Amino acid sequence: MAKKKDTALEMGSGWFYAPAPESSPVKIKDRYDLFIGGKWQKPSSGKYFKSINPASEEAIAEVAEANEKDVDKAVKAARKAYNEVWSKMPASERSKYIFRIARMTQERARELAIIESMDGGKAIRESRDIDIPLVAAHFFYYAGWADKLEYAFPNKKVESLGVAGQIIPWNFPLLMAAWKLAPALACGNTVVLKPAETTSLTALKLAEIIQDSGLPDGVVNIVTGAGGTGAAIVNHQDIDKIAFTGSTDVGKIIQRATAGTGKKVTLELGGKAANIIFADAPIDQAVEGIVNGIYFNQGHVCCAGSRLFVEESVADEVIKKLKWRLESLVVGDPLDKNTDVGAINSAAQLETIDGYLKIGKKEGLEMYQPNFKKPKKGFWCAPTLFTNVAQSSRIAKEEIFGPVLAVQTFRTVSEVIQKANNTEYGLSAGVWTDKGSKIFNLTSKLKAGVIWANTYNKFDPTSPFGGYKESGFGREGGLHGLDAYLKMK
Amino acid sequence: MGRVKVNKTYKLFIGGKFPRTESGRYLELRDAKGELLANICQASRKDFREAVVVARKAQESWAGNSAYLKGQILYRLAEIMESRSTSFVEVLMQEGKTKAAAQKELEQCIDLLVYYAGWSDKYQQLFSSVNPVASSHFNFSVLEPMGVVCATSASLKEACTLVAISTIGGNSIILTADLTSAMSAITLAEAIQVSDFPGGVINILTGDHAELIPQMSLHMDVNAIVLAEDNPEAQKAAAENVKRFIVWDRKEERSPYLISQLQEVKTTWHPIEQISGFGSGY
Amino acid sequence: MLPSYFSGRTIDQVGVVERASRFQKRSIKKEAKMQGLKTALSMIDLTTLEGADTENKVRQLCYKAQHLHDDIEGLPTVAAICVYPNLAGVAKEALGKSGIKVAAVATAFPSGQSSLKIKKLDTQMAIDLGADEVDMVISRGKFHQGEYNFVHDEIAAIKELCGKKARLKVILETGELGDFDKVRLASEIAIQAGADFIKTSTGKISPAANMPVTLVMLECIRDHFLNTGKMIGMKPAGGIRKAKEALHYLVMLRETLGDAWLSNHWFRFGASSLANDVLMQIAKQETGIYQSSDYFSID
Repeated sequence: MAKKKDTALEMGSGWFYAPAPESSPVKIKDRYDLFIGGKWQKPSSGKYFKSINPASEEAIAEVAEANEKDVDKAVKAARKAYNEVWSKMPASERSKYIFRIARMTQERARELAIIESMDGGKAIRESRDIDIPLVAAHFFYYAGWADKLEYAFPNKKVESLGVAGQIIPWNFPLLMAAWKLAPALACGNTVVLKPAETTSLTALKLAEIIQDSGLPDGVVNIVTGAGGTGAAIVNHQDIDKIAFTGSTDVGKIIQRATAGTGKKVTLELGGKAANIIFADAPIDQAVEGIVNGIYFNQGHVCCAGSRLFVEESVADEVIKKLKWRLESLVVGDPLDKNTDVGAINSAAQLETIDGYLKIGKKEGLEMYQPNFKKPKKGFWCAPTLFTNVAQSSRIAKEEIFGPVLAVQTFRTVSEVIQKANNTEYGLSAGVWTDKGSKIFNLTSKLKAGVIWANTYNKFDPTSPFGGYKESGFGREGGLHGLDAYLKMK
Repeated sequence: MGRVKVNKTYKLFIGGKFPRTESGRYLELRDAKGELLANICQASRKDFREAVVVARKAQESWAGNSAYLKGQILYRLAEIMESRSTSFVEVLMQEGKTKAAAQKELEQCIDLLVYYAGWSDKYQQLFSSVNPVASSHFNFSVLEPMGVVCATSASLKEACTLVAISTIGGNSIILTADLTSAMSAITLAEAIQVSDFPGGVINILTGDHAELIPQMSLHMDVNAIVLAEDNPEAQKAAAENVKRFIVWDRKEERSPYLISQLQEVKTTWHPIEQISGFGSGY
Repeated sequence: MLPSYFSGRTIDQVGVVERASRFQKRSIKKEAKMQGLKTALSMIDLTTLEGADTENKVRQLCYKAQHLHDDIEGLPTVAAICVYPNLAGVAKEALGKSGIKVAAVATAFPSGQSSLKIKKLDTQMAIDLGADEVDMVISRGKFHQGEYNFVHDEIAAIKELCGKKARLKVILETGELGDFDKVRLASEIAIQAGADFIKTSTGKISPAANMPVTLVMLECIRDHFLNTGKMIGMKPAGGIRKAKEALHYLVMLRETLGDAWLSNHWFRFGASSLANDVLMQIAKQETGIYQSSDYFSID
């Protein structure tokens, strides 16, 4: 092989992409009330809070703040709908309502995608091409289960639980709403759902779709608010099931609060996934997989491949190619169709991420970021990678929930399995190798609920998702996802 | 003096198009009073042969569609039927049903299509397995469509069921409707044609079952034949290419087992290398 | 026997297709679009490779190459005319001092099923008649027989004939190779043997060029550059008819290899009808009005 020359690829002096803003019109009300019993109801406290666009820091709309009284109203509406209508309706009729919701999500897809990007900072390309299509798919998938539950669990008769309280996060706002609502409804339950306080708008647009679909009043209730609203749901006596997706810390609080109450609980919490690249991996595709693993959705992903383990013999090549790939990632306005990395969801989250960047530098790690000029307004973080990371570094141990990758090297299969599993988390992992038997060795040894081999961050309504250890328990998606919403006899 | 109606010509449905039977033959369908309802095409063995060719051509790419897409397309057929309720009820009444019975049958047909659309991405989860073999191998079994399926129908509901259970599993189908249900079968074909089903996946012939069943049983490029009742002659003929011969229970309208009976099972092995301790195994 | 220099690199087809489709999501508007369209136009090898080609047909194409659409000012010319080797002289004369290159296919194009002796004579004829570039085909039969050294040596022999007079483009005929691992291997063989450009297809079979296979070849070119510092050119050929597709190829080129490759010295489109579609899009960008093919000469 020829002697290595000083070779560098470059980008940035020739052809630039002009701004390509997504400009379709959307309908957003100035103020949203609570969606309870099929109607829009004012919050008892009369309080509203602003939902802002994290790319511009401008307010988009006002959202109601639900307190304990409102939550109680919502639970009562859900209980009434359950007792009088939903539990009595033939399952095949139930399924047709859910099919209607799925269809309408498809019909209103563009508007939902734009609002999702405005409210949460997510690139429009992702909300348009990934989030919203998956939302429709989840409703479609579970709609089909409603009248087929007798086949799902051999030798068991199944029954709905009653009223489910669901609390969802801000990283995939509408998709998480779909993940929660679809199986709950298909299994015959009614719901009280609380979206995250920084991203309530698409859930509220979904409420409009639910109204238009003719779904009976009270089957789905949406109460907006922050931690207090969530606590009111978790502690409410007349809720049969709690489903939570969010941080491990809050998950533990919920597990303690519901202990001994008889409430069924499922938790989908944090992660610090290992993404493992072997020397015999298809390297260029693996680099793309790394990028999709940690920079997709600004790294606000519980299953993000935030720890890169690269086999030492190919580490230089992989890191070099990774840095080159970062040059072509467009960081910018979430509504620009060319944006790859949008805005960080909130000031608070940006503060957390910046804190970790400081820690990394303090730990003596090497930090790399492509050139990025931060706009004056908005919350931004360029895709970042730290090299020379050690297993004991805080950058390798703690969930950052941002576009920050920790890079470590390894020598053998045994070493990387041990290091990958050496964490309190266990949500996901990635394995990149051309060798089939190696894939199955790794997948059978890694302690994670979702393992991607030669791919990353792939989601499908038929595919169960959930974690081991402190990443939570319970599965969402697939046949296994029905379990959380049924009583078995 | 009332307006003169433009009467419909009922043709066959092959490859997404509506050709007449190449034989030029017809069967008269008359109502109870003896009035002519339609001259129904009497499909010949050549029509059938043509249908098998297009069905075979369309089947592989149809099966290659995602389960999600197949479910969406079958659901779309339900949407189209619902939107054409009036004309379907009219045709069923022409075929001799009362309005109430016609209405009920149509609603059952639509709901049946929705039911099977919902199975598209789930039956695989029920009937597949990962098999814990004793050696260090990853071993899994999945269902795969048989290929080209032939069937006979004597009512709109039977036609809908057969179309749903075969296509949702990735097969293509040649359905032969009898004279009494020919008009509703071709009306179904019209709905199918606008429902995003690729041409050739569903083919509907009309004609004489007694004439066509032997052709269906002998054809070497048909993988399975589904009949409503026992037929030893046909079963013997099917042995020519070891065709799967199925007599289906028409009373069991809704069941994933109707789908799985038109599927093969494929099992795959792959080594799991054992490095570093013991895993959960498969 | 696999060549000793072969990297052993395997390619994940699903990953390639995903990355390729992401390039197609880029939205190229306004100044960026105009710049891209003109760049694309300058990269076209305007091609005629028919059994029915005559001297006048070639002359007319050469005229078109120099007068793409005189109604619009400031248009670049295409990069080259691509013809059968016996017509290279006609093209050379017709193109005069325009700066447009004459590319001749050679080596028993398109099948490559002939002896090395004949392939060398074929190439020599092209060079003698004035070809600036030679587009050769590899022996796919020998490739599938595993005779990689044979494939390599053939390319090297043709390269030797080209010397410094002509740049060599090596056509892999990716549609006949079978999978991306083989495309990668063939690319490495061609580059090692001296190719100045690697090219996807003859345009005579389907599938011809597409974005995934081009990406595989671009990544091979990238690895060669990273290892040796030497640049190799890329030419997707056949099946690229729309300006929009051409722009997506340029996005892919830029994001894979960077700015240095964004010129017709390093990238070509083997196409014929693409030129008019690009011209129509340029006219639309200038006037804001959707165009009709009636207004653009078909040569």
